[in-house]
Amino acid sequence: MDETNIQSNTAEKLQAFFKKNKGVLTSGDPPYLVQLRNQAFAQFNERGFPHTRLEKWRNTDLSRILDHDFHFPLKPSPLDVDLDEVFRCEVPDFNTRLIPQMNGWFMGSGEKLPNGVIISSMAEAIKKYPELIEKHFGHYADIKNENLTALNTAFFRDGVFIYVPDNIRMEQPVQMVDLVNSGRTIFIQVRNLIVLGKNSSMSLVQCDDSIDNNVGFNNTVTEVYMDENSTLDHYKLQNKNNESALTNSTYFHLEKGANLSTNAISLNGGLIRNETQVRLNGSNSHADVLGLYLMDHEQHIDNQVFIDHAVPHCTSNELFKGILDDHASGVFNGHILVRPDAQQTNAYQNNKNILISDKAVIDTKPFLEIYADDVKCSHGATVGQLDEDARFYLQSRGIGRDNAQMLLMYAFAADIVDKIAIPQLRNRIDDLVKKRLRGELSSCEQCVLHCNSKEQKVAFEIDMSRI
Amino acid sequence: MEKETNNILHELTQSEYKYGFYTDIAMDMAPKGLSEDTIRFISAKKNEPEWLLEYRLKAFRHWLTMVEPTWAHVHYPAIDYQDIIYYAAPKRKKELKSLDEVDPELLDTFKKLGISLEEQKRLSGVAVDAVIDSVSVKTTFSETLEKQGIIFCSFSEAVQKVPELVRQYLGTVVPPDDNYFAALNSAVFSDGSFCYIPKGVRCPVELSTYFRINAANTGQFERTLIIGDEGSYVSYMEGCTAPMRDENQLHAAIVEIIALKDAEVKYSTVQNWYPGNKKGEGGVYNFVTKRGICKGTHSKISWTQVETGSAITWKYPSVILMGDHSVGEFYSVAVTNHFQQADTGTKMIHLGKNTRSTIISKGISAGRSNNSYRGLVKMTKRAANSRNFSQCDSLLLGDRCGAHTFPYIKAENRSSIVEHEATTSKISDEQLYYCNQRGISTESAIGLIVNGYAREVLKKLPMEFAVEAQKLLSLSLEGSVG
Repeated sequence: MDETNIQSNTAEKLQAFFKKNKGVLTSGDPPYLVQLRNQAFAQFNERGFPHTRLEKWRNTDLSRILDHDFHFPLKPSPLDVDLDEVFRCEVPDFNTRLIPQMNGWFMGSGEKLPNGVIISSMAEAIKKYPELIEKHFGHYADIKNENLTALNTAFFRDGVFIYVPDNIRMEQPVQMVDLVNSGRTIFIQVRNLIVLGKNSSMSLVQCDDSIDNNVGFNNTVTEVYMDENSTLDHYKLQNKNNESALTNSTYFHLEKGANLSTNAISLNGGLIRNETQVRLNGSNSHADVLGLYLMDHEQHIDNQVFIDHAVPHCTSNELFKGILDDHASGVFNGHILVRPDAQQTNAYQNNKNILISDKAVIDTKPFLEIYADDVKCSHGATVGQLDEDARFYLQSRGIGRDNAQMLLMYAFAADIVDKIAIPQLRNRIDDLVKKRLRGELSSCEQCVLHCNSKEQKVAFEIDMSRI
Repeated sequence: MEKETNNILHELTQSEYKYGFYTDIAMDMAPKGLSEDTIRFISAKKNEPEWLLEYRLKAFRHWLTMVEPTWAHVHYPAIDYQDIIYYAAPKRKKELKSLDEVDPELLDTFKKLGISLEEQKRLSGVAVDAVIDSVSVKTTFSETLEKQGIIFCSFSEAVQKVPELVRQYLGTVVPPDDNYFAALNSAVFSDGSFCYIPKGVRCPVELSTYFRINAANTGQFERTLIIGDEGSYVSYMEGCTAPMRDENQLHAAIVEIIALKDAEVKYSTVQNWYPGNKKGEGGVYNFVTKRGICKGTHSKISWTQVETGSAITWKYPSVILMGDHSVGEFYSVAVTNHFQQADTGTKMIHLGKNTRSTIISKGISAGRSNNSYRGLVKMTKRAANSRNFSQCDSLLLGDRCGAHTFPYIKAENRSSIVEHEATTSKISDEQLYYCNQRGISTESAIGLIVNGYAREVLKKLPMEFAVEAQKLLSLSLEGSVG
């Protein structure tokens, strides 16, 4: 009973907040957006927050994080940190086009590059590029079934809009860094839209970090539209403090011949849920959906992947690997849908887990739903430990037990790390994984960001036993 | 080849359900509908002790508070539980002493089913407990078994003969409030089989029950309880058919198996209820709860099933591996055709240390049917060094059918290993071409490939069943691929 009460309290607060601030929320919105917000709000109103009685949420309980007195910021909070310092990325030689976001707000200046590429704040884009936004916004995100997406659609204030025109190849990777930093307990809704034109290509690194130790709930929705023959290399790096919750819903829509590779690397976070939905809407499109999670303490990671094979001749490949230590819990829920007539589909799905402690828990559900006959689909899931024989082999060659174990865990993770296409990023992640496995890092240092300099008011819980 | 395939497909859709006949025998029925009175009626008819009536009523009261589950991947119109006859028994003229006294028409039924009691009794040495609608008619071989101390009789007989055993174990594996259909069964179960194998006894014959739904508008709610005492072994077979009817018939059974220390129970089913006609009308709703518990160390429970019938199948034969070193197995072939829907699988709950389980599931879907595998493997904290291997493959024949896999895996300790793998595919043109090239017709080639595909499971069946299962497979499927 308590659970329901707590949830409805936050939900009620949100409802009151929406009614009170509707004017502010919808100011400057074109009519279709006002309508969409109302519709999304009605959806959220009807069903509230997801709870563990729902099939998709049975292993992820939001009630603990929702049991806080949240603030819903309507405008960016005043900054007391040096932006340049905070966002300085610690990946050596990693030359990216940086898009800083603070509590969801776009902090850079909107720009239109000479080749037509637009990188802008979402709020601004709605006013400046109405046709582009109206054509794509809200078309891929699912507000009917995903309540957090409905919540986001009703309440979002800002986010990032990226548009790559036809035939443009972005050589320089784009890096979005969303930091949560606020003196208060905040609940933020971030909304991003990425549109790739025909034959275009881009590398995108999406980082979620927190730089203070406050409780925060970040509910992000990202819609990605990939037109014919476009290519996207997408990475999600997640480093949140142990008190925070991050629910990240990403909706990819692929047209004919589009090629997507998305890689979610979760190194830290109190509660992380990645909802990744891919719709293969044009023939010969391909999606690689990969993920790696290294969780310890009481962290919780939930990866939900839905791949919708709507048309024939598409391929998809899913591989998620995780190592869980201490009291950490992990969830993997992969769903491949092959619609009737989506013949000649190849879909593979795999989830491999290693439990290091007896307190760690993994729930995995690789799920296939197939309505076409000329398909090749397979899925697999394993839970286990490191191979004793392999360890014995290493030990028999003079490698100490601990080192042998480390080597095997590293090899386990390397499957995912090796698939990172950007060399600098791969080296950095590789390094982080090694350090993390050796137990040499505090949770702070794993961060790709440089944020442990003295002048900043940063406090992280450091587990001395692991240093 | 396209044309040939179409012909074969046509043939298949024409193939009628060969067990669809109706035996006109006098029936003793309860009035339609479900209430406490119905339950008292059933209980009184069967001359049950007070505690059993209480057990039924408690289950019924709980059932009233429950809602029908909707999570399964099946669709069917709502069932009107008041429009079902909960008790239908062939009228008995007198106590039956020998086979000759059995209603000749009933014997005829069995003959059509291909399980001639005399034949079986004399030649194959199989003890048969035949359940028509709700009441066990005649149990063969009981006397032979009795010499070994084995109790194999109808459930109602067991209630009269060994009430303390029934009372001790009834509802211990599937409690009356376990799920909606289990609660319904616990309230209105009519009859079924009871089997007790004493300490250290290896049952010399394969025990067998045959279920058949005969009367219209009757639900069959049988209850089977099998207890393998320490160090015992038994192989138990169950076969099911139902006559052809346009209306849907409900079947909600419970099977409970208890294996004590070092005991082994092997349970095999060939389920061939009427699947409905090719338009998807009629057929049996098969909502069954089957569960076994490996209570003692080194005990073993093995489920083998061949599912070819029923309009809707919804069953998950499960094993609770409680004793250390216990073993659970599940082998299944599920075939769906026309508009059939199957949502079947298993649950392996590992509680004891060093427990092992194996799941092999082969789904075959054809026509416009939907075939789902749904399974749970759970390694609890205590179940150190446990092992599971699951494999569930689906074969799709035709582009209007669906094959789905919902495996749930939950691991809570670091020393257990869980492996799950699954594939979905169709019979490839290359395979068929290869066979054609060597002079094997398309129809035979498909039979060959499907039988090869299901072989892993079929070879686990007892001899008597393996032949029937293979025939059923051919009957349901041969030639339905292109």
